[in-house]
Amino acid sequence: MIDPPLTQAIAESFLQPMGPVATEQLRHLKLVTLLTMIAVVPVLVATPCILWSYRRSKPKGKYRPNWESNPVLELLMWGVPILVVTLMGVGLWNTTFRLDPYKELGKDPLQIHVIGLDWKWIFIYPDEGVALVDELVVPEGRAVELTLTTDTVMQSLRISAIVGQIYAMPAMTTKLNFIAARQGEATGMNTQFSGNGFWKQKFQVFSVSQQEYEARMKKAQSSDLALTADTYAILAVQGTAEEAKKPLAIENRKGPIEMVLGDSKIFQRVLARYMVEDMTPESQPGSPSYDPAKSPLPAAPEKPMMEM
Amino acid sequence: MLEALFGRLTWDSIILVQEFEDPNLNTFITAGAAAMMPVGGALVVALLFWMKWWKPLFDWLTSVDHKKIGTMYIIFAVIMFFRGVVEGVLMRVNQAVALDGGFLSSDHFNQLFTTHGTNMIFFVAMPFLIGLINIVVPLQIGARDVAFPKLNQISLGLTAVGGFLIMISLLVGEFSTGGWTGYPSFTGRLINPGVGPDYYILSIGISGIGSTLTGVNFAVTIYKMRTAGMSFMRMPLFTWTALCTSILLIFAMPPLTACCLMLGLDRYLGFHFFTNDMGGNLMNFINLFWMFGHPEVYILILPAFGVMSEIAATFSGKRLYGYTGLVAATMCIAVISFMVWLHHFFTMGQSATVNAAFGIATLLVAIPTGVKIYDWLATLWGGRIRFTTPMLYLCGFFVLFAIGGLSGVILANPTLDYQLHNSLFLVAHFHNVIIPGVLFGVLAGIYFWFPKIYGFRLLDGYSRITAFLWAFGFILAFLPLYQVGMMGLTRRTVNYDDPALVPWLVVSATGALFLGLAFLFVLLTLWRSVVNRKKLAVPFGDPWDGRTLEWWTPAPTPEWNFAVLPKVDGRDPFTEAKAKGTAYQPIEKYEDIEMPANTYYGLIIAALGSGLGFGLVWYMWWLAIICFLGCIVTVITYAFLPERKKIIPAAEVREIDEAWRRAAREARGVTRDDECNEANQGLARPDLITNP
Repeated sequence: MIDPPLTQAIAESFLQPMGPVATEQLRHLKLVTLLTMIAVVPVLVATPCILWSYRRSKPKGKYRPNWESNPVLELLMWGVPILVVTLMGVGLWNTTFRLDPYKELGKDPLQIHVIGLDWKWIFIYPDEGVALVDELVVPEGRAVELTLTTDTVMQSLRISAIVGQIYAMPAMTTKLNFIAARQGEATGMNTQFSGNGFWKQKFQVFSVSQQEYEARMKKAQSSDLALTADTYAILAVQGTAEEAKKPLAIENRKGPIEMVLGDSKIFQRVLARYMVEDMTPESQPGSPSYDPAKSPLPAAPEKPMMEM
Repeated sequence: MLEALFGRLTWDSIILVQEFEDPNLNTFITAGAAAMMPVGGALVVALLFWMKWWKPLFDWLTSVDHKKIGTMYIIFAVIMFFRGVVEGVLMRVNQAVALDGGFLSSDHFNQLFTTHGTNMIFFVAMPFLIGLINIVVPLQIGARDVAFPKLNQISLGLTAVGGFLIMISLLVGEFSTGGWTGYPSFTGRLINPGVGPDYYILSIGISGIGSTLTGVNFAVTIYKMRTAGMSFMRMPLFTWTALCTSILLIFAMPPLTACCLMLGLDRYLGFHFFTNDMGGNLMNFINLFWMFGHPEVYILILPAFGVMSEIAATFSGKRLYGYTGLVAATMCIAVISFMVWLHHFFTMGQSATVNAAFGIATLLVAIPTGVKIYDWLATLWGGRIRFTTPMLYLCGFFVLFAIGGLSGVILANPTLDYQLHNSLFLVAHFHNVIIPGVLFGVLAGIYFWFPKIYGFRLLDGYSRITAFLWAFGFILAFLPLYQVGMMGLTRRTVNYDDPALVPWLVVSATGALFLGLAFLFVLLTLWRSVVNRKKLAVPFGDPWDGRTLEWWTPAPTPEWNFAVLPKVDGRDPFTEAKAKGTAYQPIEKYEDIEMPANTYYGLIIAALGSGLGFGLVWYMWWLAIICFLGCIVTVITYAFLPERKKIIPAAEVREIDEAWRRAAREARGVTRDDECNEANQGLARPDLITNP
């Protein structure tokens, strides 16, 4: 494999794929387009030809006002689309299973928990004891599994250059598996409209070498900021990650927010809140009257909740 | 006291007041839009007094004539279309300059895309098509009216209530920002306590009931009111598509009503159907919404397909190719449309098996749709094609709809949908099927049937320019969005930060301006045609050498449609009669015709429904309760009132009908060469070229 250049553009979409999933999606897009052309091109070609040949002012072909059926033509008309759809159906079935976002892409994928908030993402690395806001660092070539939820309205996480999207919904978890095949930087975002700042809800994905990954984790582990129920409640206030720095008292710090995972059960506690609480406008993040002081997270459930 | 009277309506809720309190470009735009309502209303009232049009106005509003009701649907749709187009243009122009900040505020933009979508689907596309169905179907099946004329009026009234609510939200309060799909929990009580989502639920909830009733009405009309000899397999294709659409309306609208009602219970009474907490689940809303929403797509497109079928046959002077195949394809689409709703949310985390199954079901829709397009091409093949305005729309449809079909097939692949869902690629796709499909069909249909109902043709030159503007504007406005979507831009994005998108979005905004111009040309065409109506008159009623029953009446068609109900023994009865030379032979016996009398029923329901909706939105409980009880009392009262009929004596019918037939026998008519000239009086002469 050729090493990528050191400085390279940020991959915004699957048109510049950075991983096997996006690569295959791009290939499938081309295949589907070509297959559909079998049915579409005849229409595009026949339309001008027929209009020209049978125009009333100077017709070429014979006038057959009562012609209304022809078995051979009928067979072609139904046969060709059925054939194309059958071919495409096989491809659809195979790719859908092969690229199922729930399918693990390698042994023992790196587990990352994701909480979507207005308008930022928290990435929790339970094994490393680290939480990053609006920044996802993954080692190149390693299988990764995101487990997602939100603590507001429905959102959808997509890292177009690496993998497609999956909804994240309150009180539920969804999964997204991917591999970043080479080193580089990609943009991830929320694609599901969720309010005024939704279009700002973007994050950078860094695919780095194993050494660099470990260095980054070490750096975050030494952060003086911890993700606890209190800091979480502040992060849940509507606003971008940059805007959250002030209430967290780190407004002069450059770069993304890096935190130690102060409470290892925080993801489970966020999920649990909708099971045990009757939410009020003050306790529901995303509500206009949300108040971090009045939004306590419940204790983590003893048994892990059923995963959907 | 004030609160009991006005609920949560305060002085500040009025948009015009906001402009004074916080003047900026956004409030200026909203205030301008809001001001159009009182100003426009005052102008209309002044015009009514000036022209002394009050009486004719009420004659129309209380009419149960299917042609007048259809016309009112279309006028309503045109008004709402104006708003929808302006909103679309605003959004596209904003996005062209929105690199790191456009001129619209986020909140304003969010309301714009929500009202644009809600408006265009529920109050433009549906009333346009229901209007056309109203006007054409009874004529095509040889009936004098629909099965339930009063119910028809109520349907129109309930649609108008929805329109009223979405319009009044311009002036008082705000509309939802949750998109036309209105997913909770964003539209739930905790996240969005304002009046916006309430306006949304009530406008589409109440008008949705009207649409269900329309479905019932037209299904029964087509089942029971066909004239002698009109078996199912002799029905014109447009009537077939109207039947399928009616069936879809009956089965697809109730889930919408249900999910609106449930979201309403969540919001008003603290239920937990779709909330985050207490066992609510937003996924249920999404499923219910799309159980309506997907068939809705075919509710819109099928009648447009029907129009295309009529046009292909008429303007190529030829029998429709593959009638049986087209009927089968229409029915296939109607059935499959209920089995694909999940493709609107492949990305919700269900298993690959479910996704693959729904993906393949979605691909299946491509088969009958492809067959239809081939059938229309085969209809043109071997014909003598006249390039009239409807034919231009049909040609544009062939080429552009094929592209829309291609992008639809792409999106049907769950694998690709994971990438393209929620992106502008999707926006490009559904505009690509709705504009060249539904809108072209509607505009072609209006041009086609307009002379039938109003007695004069639309000006040809203007109509052609309009058709080209729509096609050109569409290509510029929406094809670039495919590219932008693949580059990663999501829908509903007010601003963005990738400079690479700018050139594409500038082209798109230019296209949107052309679409705005195209809309102005629709109005201009109407205006110039009305001014020139004497020259464009087609009193004999058959300007296009039509094939089916609706052309076998004078134009404008009399209230009773047919002096004597026709007997049918083929698929193209009028063409056959013309070929035999029997089309305008005198009729021996005329009978008295009984028609339903005018009624205020629909108007009363519309007024009370508007009060109910407005009262509920603003928590004016007294208003809501009075109006709700009023509705019930009205329905019960009308159920007990004896049916009033209007009798049109046989002598009067005879006089009008005989004069028409005699004149038609004596006149020479025109060949198709003079179809778009003033010489065209609506009488088709056997054609030298087409009948060698």
